[in-house]
Amino acid sequence: MRILSAIPTMLRVGFSSAVAYRAEFLVWILTTNTPLIMLLVWSSVAREEPLGRMGQEELGAYFLAALIVRLLTGSWVVWDMVFEIRQGEIAMRLLRPVHPFLAYAAENVAALPLRALVALPVAVVALAWLGADQLSSDPLAWAFVPLSIAGAWLITFFAMAAIGSLGFFWESTLSVYDLWLGLFFVFSGYTVPLELFPPEIGAAIEWLPFRFLLSFPVEVMLGLVDRSAMVTGFVAQWLYVVLFALVAQAIWRAGLRRYAAYGG
Amino acid sequence: MLSVRNLVKHYRVHRRRPGLLPALASVFRRRYTVVRAVDGISFEIGAGERVGFLGPNGAGKTTTLKMLAGLLHPTSGEISVAGHVPFRRERDFLRSIMLVTGQKQQLLWDLPPAETFELNRAVYEIPRDEYRRTLAELVDLLDLGDLIHKPTRQLSLGERMKCELAAALLHRPRVLFLDEPTIGLDVTMQAAVRDFIREYNERHGATVLLTSHYMDDVAALAPRVIVIDRGRLIYDGSLENLVRQIRPDKRVTFRLEGPLPPVEWARFGASVVAQDEARIQLQVHGGRLRELVSWALGQLPVADLVVEDPPLEEVLSELFARRHEEGE
Repeated sequence: MRILSAIPTMLRVGFSSAVAYRAEFLVWILTTNTPLIMLLVWSSVAREEPLGRMGQEELGAYFLAALIVRLLTGSWVVWDMVFEIRQGEIAMRLLRPVHPFLAYAAENVAALPLRALVALPVAVVALAWLGADQLSSDPLAWAFVPLSIAGAWLITFFAMAAIGSLGFFWESTLSVYDLWLGLFFVFSGYTVPLELFPPEIGAAIEWLPFRFLLSFPVEVMLGLVDRSAMVTGFVAQWLYVVLFALVAQAIWRAGLRRYAAYGG
Repeated sequence: MLSVRNLVKHYRVHRRRPGLLPALASVFRRRYTVVRAVDGISFEIGAGERVGFLGPNGAGKTTTLKMLAGLLHPTSGEISVAGHVPFRRERDFLRSIMLVTGQKQQLLWDLPPAETFELNRAVYEIPRDEYRRTLAELVDLLDLGDLIHKPTRQLSLGERMKCELAAALLHRPRVLFLDEPTIGLDVTMQAAVRDFIREYNERHGATVLLTSHYMDDVAALAPRVIVIDRGRLIYDGSLENLVRQIRPDKRVTFRLEGPLPPVEWARFGASVVAQDEARIQLQVHGGRLRELVSWALGQLPVADLVVEDPPLEEVLSELFARRHEEGE
């Protein structure tokens, strides 16, 4: 694990790159505004009477928390991988004595401070607007928040890396990612809070990986889960982290054997 | 340092005729053909050697280099580079080699090369003192000056190539694979890159395997050449011997001080390659060169003469043409 000593430099250089692409970065930030639109839609629906236990204020808190989680867990590794494998640019990464997943991860994590620049003011405004009573009052929950956000990021990253690694086999795997993204929009709580699903569907959705990408950290932040459910959810989330890491690594290794950068 | 035994790489390539119907048909049933990019080549290269790797387009040069650098898995055969099996991509292997290609870059596009250098220092775990010394040496040898602090995207092609070389050599690789390192560069920059590669090889004893379509690169850098065609090795030996075997003739150019009288050059077995009022260039078999030159110096108004081997491009063209005529 000697390579770990290289991580601070990889993060610093990654941050320099993120700053160099600041215009594109701000555009990307603006494209993650779906929770704000959903907040308006669902607040309007809940104007007359609450939806289950969620009234207007609860829905406001939910979607603002969803926006923060989404900003802090975004990754773009699938697009980088698909492009680099198709163009043969991946060769330059393969020549370096550092696993490309680690290099991609450092580049993505390095943009976190810029994302926090957007996420933190949203959090402060949300707190001032909605009042602290919308947030969890359990200190254990707040200890779990950063870990659940880290888990959400890792599942997102490894799912993208697995789909990106399919690029060694297929000409374009972005359609597979589109499918994943479609399921994410519906089943992660990004557009519909999961507790608004009918109970028979909700029970199944609860154990799909998508919940752990967004809804679970939001539920922990807002105190929507009790301690027991929080611990169970956390264990399930990190099992998914391990599972997706193993799947991504297996596809990557098989892909490298198959890699056929014919010609130039 | 580098050993290759019966190396084979076959690709399965999807074939489809143009048009809508073949496109639709390919959705249901695909036709594949096998391309034998590398078809059983063997060679060895010793530590510190500079070897040119030659062949026409599609001969399998780049595929071989990629297998040697651990980027591609061979279909069969054995490779050992610096004591490692390349496709295992062990950390120590990756720290002892580098592949530099004129068509792909490792420099971070929007950041100055100095940032890529710093990144390489970290991932190759180069001690800071050694890094500073090596960087200073490379900046000096490649005349980089302040270039390393300008964003890569603002550098010219030649400046970028020099910075690519610096980035590639910071960790002082023992084996250097160069794939068309001077492609697209002007003549001055080509010469600068060639000088640098020779200097690096002599100073650090690195093994260099080079492909290039610029025969000046090969002639200047590689005393030994390996020639492949259609994935098969067809020559491995000194450049001098290759030229002598394929084209034993010489080019002799006379600069004249006065008008040239009519001469029956065929009696020396010679033919005229080019001629104007002040100069004539002849092609003659090496064995009759002395006879022709002695006669010309005695009988013609010769002011100066130059004797050269035929251009390497012609030697290789003839080598490939002969093989194709022989049906190989």
